[in-house]
Amino acid sequence: MSKFNKKKSGELPAISTASLPDIVFMLLFFFMVATVMRDNSLKIKNELPSADQVEKLDKKDLVMYIYVGQPSERFEAQFGKEARIQLNDKFADVSEVKAFIAAERASKREELVPYLTTALKVDKDANMGIVGDIKQVLREENALKINYTTRNGDISQNEKR
Amino acid sequence: MAKRSAPEVNAGSMADIAFLLLIFFLVTTTIETDTGLNRKLPPIEDVTDPPVIKQKNIFTVLINKNDQLLVEDDIMDLKDLRQAAVEFLDNGGGVGEVACDYCNGKKDPKSSDNPDKAIISLKNERETTYGTYISVQNELVAAYNELRNKRALKLHGKTFIELQADYDDVNYRGNKTKLKEQIEKIKLEYPQKLSEVQ
Repeated sequence: MSKFNKKKSGELPAISTASLPDIVFMLLFFFMVATVMRDNSLKIKNELPSADQVEKLDKKDLVMYIYVGQPSERFEAQFGKEARIQLNDKFADVSEVKAFIAAERASKREELVPYLTTALKVDKDANMGIVGDIKQVLREENALKINYTTRNGDISQNEKR
Repeated sequence: MAKRSAPEVNAGSMADIAFLLLIFFLVTTTIETDTGLNRKLPPIEDVTDPPVIKQKNIFTVLINKNDQLLVEDDIMDLKDLRQAAVEFLDNGGGVGEVACDYCNGKKDPKSSDNPDKAIISLKNERETTYGTYISVQNELVAAYNELRNKRALKLHGKTFIELQADYDDVNYRGNKTKLKEQIEKIKLEYPQKLSEVQ
């Protein structure tokens, strides 16, 4: 009859952690799907302005990125405090934008070239002078589709501090 | 002899491995912004005789180096810009050939004839801050969107933004060709004529 006697010990049973890997994997997959790998490491301060009439950039592969902003602290000694252009991974001059556009166009299939969009990722404290220069070069190069990349938010955040 | 069962593999370290991967992805990735204001730059072409545009059809916006706004020769706050632009675009002061039958404006003869003729001219100085420039661009785009939304709501019972969302929606059940026509028609009625002076 001792078969039916339950063991009576005062200890609490251990909580099973068998489902922990499942939970962690779920999180892992979420992050893997939701994030995009950054292909350029930024050497500049790049705090984008906000706007509320934004449209989404589709066709990510048909976008050329031009970054403008004040060099970050590490590069201040070398490049000063004035806003500079960054193309791919290095600082560039306005005159180099032309070669950059040509290189980007050459890397795409010919029939897709007219759909290339230039995304200007400009720091909100930069001056319009440098942006105007870039726009002039883009016009000369006939790269007319541009996108001012902004965060989605209220414009009151754009005020200069 | 009893059959020996294979020993169970210890899966206790699976969580550790998964955590390691998770932390790697957390650290290396950033969520990139991919939203923005789409604009089209004017092509460079030699215009031998530029078309004559009446002064009343031009709405000038100037941003100076202290980020102040001068709209139609008056100082204006950023918050009033959208309303002023809407009033200018939707004025419909034209008579005869250039009359506008869908405008809801005041029909002031001193302001624009119709939205097709109306041009917003944006001028900035080299020292203007980019943030302010984007704010102004945003307000002007908002003015166009507001008018298009109002028009679309009146014609089709949906805002322009909703029409465009429907058009991009792959699961949309209605007639896409017709939808495209509706969008194009509204775009024609309120064209975005935003000129930037260099």
